[in-house]
Amino acid sequence: MAKTQIAMKVNGKAVDALVEPRTLLIHFLREQLNLTGPHIGCDTSHCGACTVDLDGKSVKSCTLFAVQASGGDIRTIEGMAAADGTLHALQEGFREMHGLQCGFCTPGMIVRAWRLLQENPSPSEEEIRFGISGNLCRCTGYQNIVKAIQYAAAKLNGTAFQEAAE
Amino acid sequence: MNDQTPTSAERAERLQGMGCKRKRVEDIRFVQGKGNYVDDLKLPGMLYGDFTRSPHAHARITKIDTTKAAAVPGVVAVLTAETLKTVNLAWMPTLAGDVQMVLADGKVLFQNQEVAFVIAEDRYVAADAADLVEVEYEALPVNVDPLKAMASDAPMIREDLKDKTDGAHGARKHYNHVFNWQAGDEAATDAAFDKADVTIKELIVYPRVHPCPLETCQCVASFDKIKGELTLWGTFQAPHVIRTVGSLISKIPEHKIHVIAPDIGGGFGNKVGAYSGYICAIVASIVTGRPVKWVEDRIENLSTTAFARDFHMETEIAATRDGKVTALRCYTIADHGAFDACANATKWPAGLFSIITGSYDFPTAHVSVDGVYTNKAPGGVAYRCSFRVTEAAYCIERAMDIMAQKLGMDPAEFRMKNLIRREQFPYTSATGWQYDSGDYHTAMTKAMETVNYKALREEQKAKQEAFRRGETRDVMGIGVAFFTEIVGAGPSRACDILGIAMFDSAEIRIHPTGTGICRLGTKSQGQGHETTYAQIIATELGLPADNIAVEEGNTDTAPYGLGTYGSRSTPVSGAATAMACRKIKAKAQMIAAYMLEVHDDDLEWDVDRFRVKGNPERFKTMTELAWAAYHEVPPGMEPGLEAINYYDPPNFTFPFGAYICVVDVDVDTGETKIRRFYALDDCGTRINPMIIEGQIHGGLTEAFGIAMGQIIHYDDEGNVTTASLMDYFLPTAVETPHWETDWTTTPSPHHPIGAKGVGESPNVGGVPCFANAVNDAFGFLGSTHIAMPHDHWRTWMAADKLGLHA
Repeated sequence: MAKTQIAMKVNGKAVDALVEPRTLLIHFLREQLNLTGPHIGCDTSHCGACTVDLDGKSVKSCTLFAVQASGGDIRTIEGMAAADGTLHALQEGFREMHGLQCGFCTPGMIVRAWRLLQENPSPSEEEIRFGISGNLCRCTGYQNIVKAIQYAAAKLNGTAFQEAAE
Repeated sequence: MNDQTPTSAERAERLQGMGCKRKRVEDIRFVQGKGNYVDDLKLPGMLYGDFTRSPHAHARITKIDTTKAAAVPGVVAVLTAETLKTVNLAWMPTLAGDVQMVLADGKVLFQNQEVAFVIAEDRYVAADAADLVEVEYEALPVNVDPLKAMASDAPMIREDLKDKTDGAHGARKHYNHVFNWQAGDEAATDAAFDKADVTIKELIVYPRVHPCPLETCQCVASFDKIKGELTLWGTFQAPHVIRTVGSLISKIPEHKIHVIAPDIGGGFGNKVGAYSGYICAIVASIVTGRPVKWVEDRIENLSTTAFARDFHMETEIAATRDGKVTALRCYTIADHGAFDACANATKWPAGLFSIITGSYDFPTAHVSVDGVYTNKAPGGVAYRCSFRVTEAAYCIERAMDIMAQKLGMDPAEFRMKNLIRREQFPYTSATGWQYDSGDYHTAMTKAMETVNYKALREEQKAKQEAFRRGETRDVMGIGVAFFTEIVGAGPSRACDILGIAMFDSAEIRIHPTGTGICRLGTKSQGQGHETTYAQIIATELGLPADNIAVEEGNTDTAPYGLGTYGSRSTPVSGAATAMACRKIKAKAQMIAAYMLEVHDDDLEWDVDRFRVKGNPERFKTMTELAWAAYHEVPPGMEPGLEAINYYDPPNFTFPFGAYICVVDVDVDTGETKIRRFYALDDCGTRINPMIIEGQIHGGLTEAFGIAMGQIIHYDDEGNVTTASLMDYFLPTAVETPHWETDWTTTPSPHHPIGAKGVGESPNVGGVPCFANAVNDAFGFLGSTHIAMPHDHWRTWMAADKLGLHA
């Protein structure tokens, strides 16, 4: 199949490549750019394991063609930590609060939460739960994911994180 | 010098051993997207495989034409049953003693069955070409109802077994019959029912569901023609079993098969079995000489690999008028789909289902299970439970509520009256299990006090009166469940898989600098093994957990083991780890005695060191002893400090718990709102409370999904109508309730560290607790049993049936 030239910014770096017009963004990221953080968990845009950030929005990269992202600015889990390797507050929060188990949903979940906290820096529990409802997790039951996001919000806001009483 | 030495307690804390909330080692890579899952693997020259699948549930195949598919640029080969026959692999043995088609041979027996396997240069081309394989079908009558499977006119599912009067588990009484399996004392049970004051009888159905881990099943097979060796990466909960079965099926010598299970994105039973995709990828790699990747999509996952449950349990309880249970009888039809590919210990065609007497002191019981073939997908795995234990727990916990209702007793009070008492342990159940330890009344009392059970019942009574007066359209339900699990399969006298005893293993090597590596036969899929096994070692050997690497999933380096499922890792490999540590410690003690010039018996263990009794300033730390093991061992002793243990558990372990759920149901919409869920678990010794709590949250969420919405549903023509996440319910963060967790600790007396396993308890106890809550909401209106799943539509239907919308 004839290939199309695309160019975009991925985790701050300029990327250009040739792709088939039908190549999904997730396959482009995983197989051509070797960014295997985002995962594929379903065929119907429900699970959110493939979530990346595109031009300031959380998108499910299994439901976009790579060509649709051409010209865009993409952030994946690989672009979350600082250049010196320091973990982002969300990455730290997920570990501190035990917000992950098998780790398969985690990259999508963190990238989604990253956007959520920019849209709403101090979300309530209800707002967090609604905000991540496009991302499924089969292991944690979400309770510790919510805490992880609260932990990160507090850290980013410079406030003290208080774990809700059980 | 003593005043500078940290105290024993301070030193113990630094080890991060058992009982501490150690942060997970695994998370460092996972939070950075650096996990290493099967689909992340990319090998030079790798090809991709994809299946052509049957749209029919039951049909004869009259023709397969692969010409068009093979002509697609980029297609390398197309496999069909005819191709596989040339290598004698059109069929494969199942773990349950049956055989199964790898690719459809002459007919298809369930929708989405694998018909052809297309191998191409990329996954898009493989998918394109799979659509171009032309198959002509001649439709046959379909049966998807297990209760009709043994009718005289039922469609014959398995023509290959037509003349076989015996199956893997004894006589077959019908051409669609798989096995009959019984436990308990039929005559004594019948006698108890004959003289019972009160009896109940209910058909309790646990519908077909699917574990649905977020990562589907997948593999990469790479056959090296020069060496004659196969490397198989895959999502395997039991890598060694895959190696052995792979060798038996393919005839490749076992030492020339290397199975590697990298990070796994959840399993929950889905990844125990051996699937057509694995066999086809292996054959494809042998045929093409190149690595072949096969990755299931979600629809394939939900409709073809490893369903769970589908147990139809006609259940009776007998009791005295004052509420003592006297007997239990259960006749079950088990729907095994088109092939019996159940993942059970081989001698147990209905798994450990005879744990059905649960937590109660039944003097006698009888259980009989008939497995049947239908036009549904094969499988029958334990979806986050030990083999068929959640079916048993759901059944007994529903039945106990039904009996309490009939007796006019409170369900918690009825349970308290019948729970096995502490002094009865070790307790032998009516079906022959020996429960290791328990303190059920303490757990139940703690649960009831914590939620203020009495006040909840009073509130419910007031709400029921208000409902009757027409002041509200909400009904309130209180679900109570007390479960006993049977996990840690298992003792070799009882358990094997294809003849291999279900022991498990740990091999520990302590390096000269006092760090080390532990390799095991289990395989984490999110349980955090790299974190928790190291904690056991830290406590046992006095070396910091951070200094212990834990490695699983490589059959070349790991000692043989039966894998991770049925909550067996802690009960079996956890025990093996402790026992291997003790061998190392015994050697270290001899080295310490030699170095300190005392007798072995003059030493005592103190957290991380051996010290001279009565002279604690003379000691050797484990780190010092590790160094010494490589340069100054006593004369005649072998150098080095390592040990291996294969642990054959003397018994299963029996975790238990008391769960209480409060639900409000809107009878006009069928909407349910879980107001409160309290889970008290007793898993014996607790290794990492943070991980335990996380596992309970996750298991409860899966239980919530199962009880409140999950079903793999087939229409009458055998079309699976719930094969994507559009239709199959996975709870999001919005629906998922808040979980309250609690515990008691009753160690297992036969386990080296007293641990029982916990990962599956919340699924086992959670499902009946939700179901009992919904049923309890409608009980005062005359309802006895509403079947799962309790989604809004079905709950509305139940309310409608009770005349609440008149």
